[in-house]
Amino acid sequence: MGIIEAAKLVFEYAKYSEEGSIESVVRAIDGVDLDVKAGQFIAILGHNGSGKSTLAKQMNAILTPTEGTLYVDGKDTRKEENIWPIRQTAGMVFQNPDNQIIGTVVEEDVGFGPENMGIPTEEIWSRVEHSLKSVGMWEYRKNSPNKLSGGQKQRVAIAGVVAMHPKCIVLDEPTAMLDPNGRKEVIRTAWELNKKEGVTVILITHYMEEVIDADKVFVMDKGKIVMQGTPREIFAQVEELKKYRLAVPQVTLLAYELRKAGLNLPDCVLRVEELIEELEKLKCQEEEKRGNQN
Amino acid sequence: MIRDITIGQYYPADSVIHKLDPRVKLAGTIVYIVSLFLFQSWIGYVIATIALFSVIKISKVPFKFMVKGLKSIIILLMITVIFNLFLTPGETLIQIWRLKITKEGLMTAVFMAFRLIYLILGSSVLTLTTTPNNLTDGLEKALRPLNKVKVPVHEISMVMSIALRFIPILLEETDKIMKAQMARGADFESGGLIKKAKSLIPLLVPLFISAFRRASDLAIAMEARGYRGGEGRTKMKPLIYKTRDKMAYIIMLLYLVCMIVITRMI
Repeated sequence: MGIIEAAKLVFEYAKYSEEGSIESVVRAIDGVDLDVKAGQFIAILGHNGSGKSTLAKQMNAILTPTEGTLYVDGKDTRKEENIWPIRQTAGMVFQNPDNQIIGTVVEEDVGFGPENMGIPTEEIWSRVEHSLKSVGMWEYRKNSPNKLSGGQKQRVAIAGVVAMHPKCIVLDEPTAMLDPNGRKEVIRTAWELNKKEGVTVILITHYMEEVIDADKVFVMDKGKIVMQGTPREIFAQVEELKKYRLAVPQVTLLAYELRKAGLNLPDCVLRVEELIEELEKLKCQEEEKRGNQN
Repeated sequence: MIRDITIGQYYPADSVIHKLDPRVKLAGTIVYIVSLFLFQSWIGYVIATIALFSVIKISKVPFKFMVKGLKSIIILLMITVIFNLFLTPGETLIQIWRLKITKEGLMTAVFMAFRLIYLILGSSVLTLTTTPNNLTDGLEKALRPLNKVKVPVHEISMVMSIALRFIPILLEETDKIMKAQMARGADFESGGLIKKAKSLIPLLVPLFISAFRRASDLAIAMEARGYRGGEGRTKMKPLIYKTRDKMAYIIMLLYLVCMIVITRMI
């Protein structure tokens, strides 16, 4: 059984008019089936309003399904008594780094989760040390979060979740408010947790560059999962992605356009180095051909 | 930078007073303030002065910083002195027109002034040597008995520490909104009081909206990290009395006894 399993998951919320009567019902998630295996690095892509953040909140039992089921580590999120164990199993990192740091000192913030769980004091300290070291923020433990950069704050937020020893971390657009350097820092940290600590990572984003190494990619649109597969399978379908208002990485797009123009390139190119290699191969072939002609 | 401002007036230094348990310092401040009103004679002032200045010396906080706190009470101080000086009946020293300065009046005025100054200095030792967070923790633990009469002590202290964390963030946000409004021609400087107050509306409305949005985000983030009130929560930095805290309590008690005995005897 996977760590996160959704079956025909539906989530609806009502929009109220100014008088307080129900104006319309919005279906934010519409029949989603999802199966995430422990230890995987999963990416969920989608444009604004595609339901990806709502789906993330379902995994932490902040929202519960209207219809269908969602099991986190075998626990049903609709059952009241499962809420706290689920929140411990699936930690969550949000978009705005300022609005999720509670402590006035970095180490106190990381200790907040374990404090809530009722962990004894000495163990809190060892967990805080371990998780701050694992995100590379140990030197900043005495700092005020206000003095850190966006990327650093986001790493502190990740450490705060890691200290709760979750099996799975859901990152809900953790890089949306960061500069390119901060973005790289955060994604690197997520990968390190996945590789070294074996934590399942679910990355929700609309930056395509961040997902090229993921084990599996899901694309959401209007509450439905419209595409799924390995990054290579997904990015090969440039036209399809455009339909969902998602832009493929520049290199992939360039390779795609070159292919359309008649160059003999593979279906999907994800990295700059890859494209250079392919183009050099083409150049060699071309030169050989010319050599043969002469 | 706006982010560098310190809240409260904490002065970081490595001293015994800084390391004391915040509850001890709270109790000490209260004991000191009470003791100031126990005596009438000059000998009491001598003891209070010695006690205050030795604590300031031990705390390693420069005296300059202490005096800063006095600026805010200068007017109050003047009023007290003037009223006591002219309105106390007794043996006349100097008479200017219908205003009399009496010997008793002079004495009370000086004593009252010292009392007020010592009161402010005494309490600024507390705020200068304790971080706001530490103080909140101390208050939470000291007021825990109030839980029995349904005072939400933990919640209040949580609210206080979150407020402390968000003050610099909201200040920065105010700055940002102000600049954004100024870029569109808003004028915050010119005009009378009413015009200035009115010009604050386009600043306060977006600030409030953003504060509410932040509050909602923070609440979700706290729940996601398993926060469900004070029950069943452990502390990362629990407050436990150490030897030096017990010593401080004993010194406090000795001071209070001294004060009572000596001022009654002489």
